[in-house]
Amino acid sequence: MALNVGCAARPGKARKNKTGSWRVFRPVFESEQCTKCGMCALVCPEGCVIETEEGEFVPDYEYCKGCGICAEVCPKKGIRMEQEEK
Amino acid sequence: MLQITEGSHAVAEIAKFCRPQVVAAYPITPQTHIVEALADMVANCELDAEYITVESEFSALSACLGASAAGSRVYSATTSQGLALMFEVCFNVAGMRQPIVMSIVNRSLGAPLSIWNDQQDSISLRDSGWLQFYAEDNQEATDLHMIAYKVAEDHDVLLPAFVCFDGFILSHTYEPVDMPSQEEVDAYLPAFTPYHRLDAKDPISMGMYATPDYYMEFRYELERAMQRSIDVIKRAGAEFAEQFGRDYSALVESYRLDDAEIAFIAMGSICGTVKDAIDEMRDAGKKVGLAKIRTYRPFPTEELTRALAGVSTVAVLDKNISLGSGGAVGTEVKAMLAGSGITVLDYIIALGGRDVRKRDIAAIVDLADKGVGDMFYGLRTEVL
Amino acid sequence: MAEHVAGCELFESGHRACGGCGPALAARLLLNATGENAIVVASTGCMEVFSTPYPETAWKVPWIHSLFENAAAVASGIEASLKRQGRSEKVLCVCGDGATFDIGVLCISGAFERGHDITYICYDNEAYMNTGIQRSGATPYDASTTTSPAGACSTGNQRPKKDMPAILAAHGAPYVATASISYPQDFMKKVEKALNTPGPCYIQVHAPCCTGWGFEAGETLNIGKLAIETGMWVNFEMENGEVTKVKKVKRKPVEEYLSRQKRFRHLFKPQRRDAEIAKIQAIADRNAEKYGIDIKKKE
Ligand SMILES: Cc1ncc(C[n+]2csc(CCOP(=O)(O)OP(=O)(O)O)c2C)c(N)n1
Ligand code: SF4
Ligand code: SF4
Ligand SMILES: [Mg+2]
Repeated sequence: MALNVGCAARPGKARKNKTGSWRVFRPVFESEQCTKCGMCALVCPEGCVIETEEGEFVPDYEYCKGCGICAEVCPKKGIRMEQEEK
Repeated sequence: MLQITEGSHAVAEIAKFCRPQVVAAYPITPQTHIVEALADMVANCELDAEYITVESEFSALSACLGASAAGSRVYSATTSQGLALMFEVCFNVAGMRQPIVMSIVNRSLGAPLSIWNDQQDSISLRDSGWLQFYAEDNQEATDLHMIAYKVAEDHDVLLPAFVCFDGFILSHTYEPVDMPSQEEVDAYLPAFTPYHRLDAKDPISMGMYATPDYYMEFRYELERAMQRSIDVIKRAGAEFAEQFGRDYSALVESYRLDDAEIAFIAMGSICGTVKDAIDEMRDAGKKVGLAKIRTYRPFPTEELTRALAGVSTVAVLDKNISLGSGGAVGTEVKAMLAGSGITVLDYIIALGGRDVRKRDIAAIVDLADKGVGDMFYGLRTEVL
Repeated sequence: MAEHVAGCELFESGHRACGGCGPALAARLLLNATGENAIVVASTGCMEVFSTPYPETAWKVPWIHSLFENAAAVASGIEASLKRQGRSEKVLCVCGDGATFDIGVLCISGAFERGHDITYICYDNEAYMNTGIQRSGATPYDASTTTSPAGACSTGNQRPKKDMPAILAAHGAPYVATASISYPQDFMKKVEKALNTPGPCYIQVHAPCCTGWGFEAGETLNIGKLAIETGMWVNFEMENGEVTKVKKVKRKPVEEYLSRQKRFRHLFKPQRRDAEIAKIQAIADRNAEKYGIDIKKKE
């Protein structure tokens, strides 16, 4: 593959790097308690909390690093961090 | 149109005719007249460009890099300490393949502080990935700017370029210069077409970092672009000759080399003195000639080797020194001619503005005849 | 603002920041505020490295990195070029505190003095993180870093944090603001305001770094909040040199902020250093007084 002139690149390739493999703890979203405030999606450093068509918030485990920020900010304490089984 | 003009002004004027959209430069002797002239042109609506009065040379070239990446043709000029301050940006500009053209009004580097001419500044950046053109006189300095833009911006090249001309000796000297008109320059130099640019409609990331998996390939690409530029320079020079009648299609200009036994190699304004001295020596029956290097990067190995075929001794005049090794050009010529049987002698000369006259050139021929070289020429006797 | 559909983020997943990275969140939030019509100039540092290993860029807006210390100058050139071309993109610098407080000051000062229409955002994680947590001019008093380690005869970084917002306000910047990733809406509003203010604007956003400061990744926003609540960080806006808005708080003792970070651990273990904690409390008190952040109890 030819290199791009001057070490430049167009967007689109970052998502090749599946950072979900770094995870030690997994956030488990308990939708019963969710008030759809959207804080988890706003503050996730990975931008990997997705709003589904039904208006639910779910983490994309392909990228979720398991940092736990979403669990900390959830005002309803509706996100649980669980040890990953590897 | 033929005009008697100061070197700096001729260069400022041709820079204007090349239609840079952004100019960023910082004053330093002996380049100052160029930045002043350009400011004057902007103030009088003769040059339709953004003129950024940066706070340092480091920012001058950084701003040029940004403007070039955003899609503008840019121009800057500097020398010596200013160029040294740009060192880091110079490597960056080349690595990012931004075809910036910058005039280098050659001057020595301190310490000791000296504002006078030699070529230590640009030569010290020989490894940075910039094309380096050297002018013998103000006409050539003027013309090389047009050629430099054309070559640098060619999509087969995409490398920045220095147009070097000697401080004071050329920059502050009035000489007749045949200055092309705006229309003529436009006919020669097409508008800038960036290879890619920062643009919200088509986003791109520039200046990313390369892991060991990629870095070497990017350096290889740079070297390949340098090698490709040789043909592009020849073509741009030939097109120039066709339009303007002055021929720069060769990277090396041969002067009375045909049957020469001793050949000089030199760059820049000293070539004028060498040519005059050669004429006198030729009249006296001495078979001497000159191979003038116009393009130091890419180094014109092939042309130079061909030009020197048949000579027995080469005397390299180096207006620089790679301390601990010798003159930069001499070192390269020695490597190039290794095994050819030609004797290469290096002379460090004219550092920090030391004057060189025809009789000095003749004296060097005498030394070369005796096989004496690889030395500083013209030192004060008290250090010997 | 809270629309998050997969793949529609301008800062993409897959970047290599540590889990819980404050600066990574800052990047996401600021792009939420800028939208697509922006050009970002980066400095060398964590954010640049974690977001752009060739060819995997996380940036979906045009982005350029040149050197550690020249972003403001590169941005000057871009702004000049856009002006010439009659283009409308907003030009932003997004740079670390090292790039901003220390090595880039020359270029920043020049760009602000010349009055380019740029927005300069410093994501402040209070040290050189990319090179392994060395102190910068933004490192707070007594923080232990690898070049200001606490030891038998040192309590860590011996200088207070440089007042960079004041320096830029003194350049005549029309809009200078501080923000924190712990208050995302406020940060995004400030970015929008800066972008819509002609001339050079400066935003310094507190971006806690779990790795460099020593706290659990999930705590990033809590730590940022505590910084505000203790007066160790003040969120304010300055317009034309005047403070026009300040976030007021019911102040907590600085200890609550310090004791949760390894960089201040030496103030508590092996023995408490009350005198040092008092000095830091005095810094917070001065901040509180200077900006009037205390919510006074009704008498
Ligand atoms: C001229 C120069 N000096 C030093 C460095 C090494 N260096 C790279 S990033 C960095 C620190 C960056 O600190 P900061 O700006 O705070 O960003 P952070 O990594 O903390 O996000 C240093 C010292 C460099 N790249 N260039
Ligand atoms: S654990 Fe961290 S990375 Fe995963 S969804 Fe929550 S905030 Fe995002
Ligand atoms: S070291 Fe700190 S700033 Fe750097 S990526 Fe990790 S958390 Fe982010
Ligand atoms: Mg930092």
